[in-house]
Amino acid sequence: MDRRHLRQQVTYVRKSLFDQGYLDDQFMQLEDLQDDANPNFVEEIVASFYSDSARLIQNIEQALVSRPVDFGKLDDCMHQFKGSSSSIGAKKVNMECSQFREYCCAGNIEGCIRTFQQIKQEHATLRKKLENFFQLARQAGQAETA
Amino acid sequence: MMDNGFSSPRNDAFPAGLRVLVVDDDPTWLKILEKMLKKCSYEVTTCALARDALHLLRERKDGYDIVISDVNMPDMDGFKLLEHVGLEMDLPVIMMSVDGETSRVMKGVQHGACDYLLKPIRMKELRNIWQHVFRKKINEVRDIEILEGMETIQMTRNGLDLPDDGHLVCGEDLTSVKKRKDIEGKHDDKDPGDNSSTKKARVVWSVDLHQKFVKAVNQIGFDKVGPKKILDLMNVPWLTRENVASHLQKYRLYLSRLQREDTVSLDGIKHSDSPLRDSAGSFGNQNSINKQQLDVANRSYGFPGNSLLVQNTEPRSHDSERKGIVSKSAAEPKGALSFEVPDSRKPKSSQMEFGHSFISPGSEVNFAEFDSNFPTRFSWCEVPQTQLKQEPKPLHLDDGLSQLTLPGKQQRIQADYPQPAPPIISGSSVTERDIGSVKIKPLNDECRNNASLASSIGSTIETSHVQTKTHAASHQAFDPISINTSSMKNQTSYSSCISDLESTQKNINWGLSPFATLDDDLQVCWVQGDCYAMNLGLQNIEFPEYCDPGLIADAPTYLYDAVRFDYENLYDPTEYPLIEQGLFIA
Repeated sequence: MDRRHLRQQVTYVRKSLFDQGYLDDQFMQLEDLQDDANPNFVEEIVASFYSDSARLIQNIEQALVSRPVDFGKLDDCMHQFKGSSSSIGAKKVNMECSQFREYCCAGNIEGCIRTFQQIKQEHATLRKKLENFFQLARQAGQAETA
Repeated sequence: MMDNGFSSPRNDAFPAGLRVLVVDDDPTWLKILEKMLKKCSYEVTTCALARDALHLLRERKDGYDIVISDVNMPDMDGFKLLEHVGLEMDLPVIMMSVDGETSRVMKGVQHGACDYLLKPIRMKELRNIWQHVFRKKINEVRDIEILEGMETIQMTRNGLDLPDDGHLVCGEDLTSVKKRKDIEGKHDDKDPGDNSSTKKARVVWSVDLHQKFVKAVNQIGFDKVGPKKILDLMNVPWLTRENVASHLQKYRLYLSRLQREDTVSLDGIKHSDSPLRDSAGSFGNQNSINKQQLDVANRSYGFPGNSLLVQNTEPRSHDSERKGIVSKSAAEPKGALSFEVPDSRKPKSSQMEFGHSFISPGSEVNFAEFDSNFPTRFSWCEVPQTQLKQEPKPLHLDDGLSQLTLPGKQQRIQADYPQPAPPIISGSSVTERDIGSVKIKPLNDECRNNASLASSIGSTIETSHVQTKTHAASHQAFDPISINTSSMKNQTSYSSCISDLESTQKNINWGLSPFATLDDDLQVCWVQGDCYAMNLGLQNIEFPEYCDPGLIADAPTYLYDAVRFDYENLYDPTEYPLIEQGLFIA
């Protein structure tokens, strides 16, 4: 692909991520932070998030299966996860997290479990999309600098 | 991760180079915040654990300007960290959380956070955090001054053995009073409620209240102190944890400032005799005294990391008198600074605690001598001697003060008058400083009720200052101005009263220069609730009728030799601009 085409693709993919609600403004903040000192800043942050979130997801799962259910702990774990996902602007993931917390406050374990499945799914989907996006951006960048 | 824990002092133009410590257990956020702050040209240190953060902060007390911390952290609650930082280091702390619930935010503010940010955080929000550092610095100066004044008052009061006035809940807290003062220029009159930007209840830290506070702190042990504990011990129903927390911060600041001052000035001030009159100048006196006190304090306090107090290794060379005092205090339970003024008639251990710096042990200020010759000196009063010299002249404390008839005020005045009753500038009293011969009749306790006295005291007296706490207490709604104006009256009455009381022994080392400010309107010296309108613009004080025994109907005829203050020794007015605030009454 030629450079222009690649860049167009990158732009398109990026725009759709926002339009489809996968990412929010926070992601743009990260992009703004990227500079010569940290040329791959956004990618690094996303990588850091996914690496850390694995641990957080595990915490939630443990809290979900333990009996009796400790909603307080569950809420805390989710709070942490939500905070983390807000760092990259994971919009859909965040929305599901809010839903989860509502169920949690209501003491609805079923609702929590269901929502959590959603969360994991969104979490995985976003990951793929972002990986794809970064790869494309790299290609376009390489094409540019080539 | 912790990067360079120690930062050297900033060289760049503020706010660039602001040294920020970020604490967050989320590694992703930590990276993002670090990057954002670096983009703001701040110097960033990151920490994933609260205990690491505390460690860094303790290791290098002056290494950071501001702390940003997440609320939810595994090893320590963010609020707890906030408290620690506030107490030990007194740095501004910003809280962060993904949870923006009002109750949480409120909790943050109650624990002393200067701001609460919601995640996701924008860079522009971080760009402005320097304002918190700046604001704190500005308020710090004011607060210290206020505290000093307050302490002095307390000392005086204690010396005088005045009855307890209870607490005042005035409209303003220190900060707001100070602000007001600045804004208004002279103190104010404005209605007490409006100046603070926050709507929190304002507490006036009266001498009494402060005394309770210090007692509680000492009881708990300075190194274990916490707002909640103090609050519980103080047993003051209307006081909130937040009030205590902020007061505690100021207290610490005050102590650390004393410590610094100590190291700075002291030169051979002799405390044995009128310390106030020391050659070192007003400030010097204080310093020397402070030192002693600090010494004592040091000893007693085991302040964690010695952060606050001093490390005043100095002058223990103070004369024996001091030592005596020191030892006395050493004997006091709890390391608090309990300093007993040797001469004080009623040595109250807790009294001196805070203000130890102010008071030269036992020495000087002996208000006890209120009788016509006031031997005591007011160190803090900068009353120009010349003025005071005027003999029975109408006291007009301040040019602008209108006179107020404070009907019931007088009584209060005394009550709080810790010692410095004399400061009342108007020469009233006190002390034997050589203040001129102004004689003011000291009023004794009866003054308290002396509404009549007030009125009798020539309305010409412009009392600009000093509103004694009593005023505040009784007249919470006191309009500062009114107090001021009446202060003169009160002053005389008070001064006389005070002299009557045993305050003499407490030397009023008013760090506050109530007198200094006499020039302006009355300013309340005691912002802290002790409302001593110390604006002793002594310069303008003339004590006309005050000197006239007839004026004081009920009071014994003491003559205040207010003018006798050795004003020189009083602190340098410029040092303590604070007292000016108008009455601190809200």
